Amino acid sequence: MVAGLLLGGFYAAVSLGVSLIFGLLDIANIAQPAFVILGSYAAYVMNDALGLDPILTGLLLTPLFYGLGALVYRVYYASFERRGEESLRGLVFFFGILFIMEVSLSLTFGVDYRLVQTAYTSKSIDLGGVGIAFRYLVPCLVGIAMTAGLYLFLGRTFYGRAIMAVSQDQLALRLMGANPVQIKTIAFGVGIAAASLAGALLISIAPVIPSTDRDYIGRMFAITVLGGMGSIGGTLVAAVVLGVAESLMATFFGPSWSLAVSFGILLLALAVRPAGLFGR
Amino acid sequence: MERKLTVIGMFGLANNEKYQYPNYFQIQPAGPDPQTSTAIGFFELAARQNPKPQTVAIVGADAEYPQNALVGARELIKKFGLKTVYDKTYPPSTVDYTPIVRTIKATNPDIVFVASYPPDSVGMLRAAHEVGLQPKILGGGMVGLMFTTVMTSMGPLLNGIVNYDFWAPEPPFLAMPGIKEFLKEYQARAEKAGVDPLGYYLPPYSYAVGQVLAQAIEATKGFDQQKIADHIRATEFNTVVGKIKFGKNGEWARGRTLMVQYQKIQGPGIDQFRGPGKKVVLYPDDLKSGNIIYPYSAAKN
Repeated sequence: MVAGLLLGGFYAAVSLGVSLIFGLLDIANIAQPAFVILGSYAAYVMNDALGLDPILTGLLLTPLFYGLGALVYRVYYASFERRGEESLRGLVFFFGILFIMEVSLSLTFGVDYRLVQTAYTSKSIDLGGVGIAFRYLVPCLVGIAMTAGLYLFLGRTFYGRAIMAVSQDQLALRLMGANPVQIKTIAFGVGIAAASLAGALLISIAPVIPSTDRDYIGRMFAITVLGGMGSIGGTLVAAVVLGVAESLMATFFGPSWSLAVSFGILLLALAVRPAGLFGR
Repeated sequence: MERKLTVIGMFGLANNEKYQYPNYFQIQPAGPDPQTSTAIGFFELAARQNPKPQTVAIVGADAEYPQNALVGARELIKKFGLKTVYDKTYPPSTVDYTPIVRTIKATNPDIVFVASYPPDSVGMLRAAHEVGLQPKILGGGMVGLMFTTVMTSMGPLLNGIVNYDFWAPEPPFLAMPGIKEFLKEYQARAEKAGVDPLGYYLPPYSYAVGQVLAQAIEATKGFDQQKIADHIRATEFNTVVGKIKFGKNGEWARGRTLMVQYQKIQGPGIDQFRGPGKKVVLYPDDLKSGNIIYPYSAAKN
């Protein structure tokens, strides 16, 4: 159970970008896991060269990832969204980005597994007889902090509220004097910036290769949909539900069933609540 | 197969078991019974220990190699009269191995055989340390532990693990003709190319593929696929990994899958892995370079 909760916190961290970009902006950015892996490699490079903590690297590189995200959205907007061709062609665009990033990482770093070493990677604490590994505890806490930060940003700041508004009614937002494209650029940038930290968390937990992103595509979108499109709190709850389900299944029924049951929960939840757990 | 080409495979376990393609050859020294090759040394070593292990847990990924290795392990468990207390597989995309390892620990097995790919090997090993899993022997078929990036990252966590391998910088292997020259050239180029800096796992065998092909082409004086295949089947080759004679299924006529134990590893330094003593060969007997530290807890500390 505890392992599942910790896993859920980490899953929330990697899913927040999708929740923001897909859930709120309705942009099917399936390249998001590739940006997460890019964050992992950035953390690896800084850890390998300078011994920098991966999470610190993830934090320091968020402005860079924000800029990258803003650039990608501008290209997407100019090429597809402005022309009303965003649905299928936009999907192909993000598929293309995903593969280009994978191949670029392979050509740059090779296909050897990359890991990082931190002061806490091999340590664990015992809480009431339950051993808790720091390599899961730290990502979980960072994931919760990221969720809280994004939640506050969306609810308490002008730009955050504008992002919420652009997801609901772009025309009304325009009438209020705000530029929806600019707001979406900011939102997309924030979503990609979250990938910088998420990637750093991922490589703290497990080794990565450029194609590791494929292991996360399904989980990220499942968590976003289960939590309710655009619900940041829902993303955390859904991530914990999937994490706990995976852990309990692995413990009591065999790990082979863990993913099948997790996605079974998604289907069941959607049958009962099509908008997701916290969707409106 | 449709064009009757000669194919030399690189490290695919039991690839030709179903096809039985006569022009297929496998450079991995799995031997005539590839499915049990990964596990045979592990279980033979276990059977020789005192007290002799009675119970076993086996676990592996839902993927081709681990499944083949587990099939072989189950066969050997019957042969050696062990009692299985845990036998499960997991999806390759598993992120957290802690619940799996906790469940294994709860079954209190004497030995644990793991058939995994690199990310799972790392996850399993870390989880075993975090949970405090301490069977008498741990390891078996964990791919990736022999990669330099993994060895240097895992460091002392590897101590005590008994795992399959194909090459180790131990005296019997360093004495093979041409290997030192090959590694010197490889390591100089690897640094620039950004690939595995030591290259002890796949590269010697990749080079051996080239040696086998070159010798076969020179001997048959051409590129006739069938003549090359016939020559490879009938000839013993001298390579940097020793003499190679192919047998049935295109596998090595005599298997040479090693069982090594990681011993006395200190810190993450790469240089300690360059020479003998850190990856001690326990099996087969004719290539043995040291003794097993048993049980696992004695080598771990």
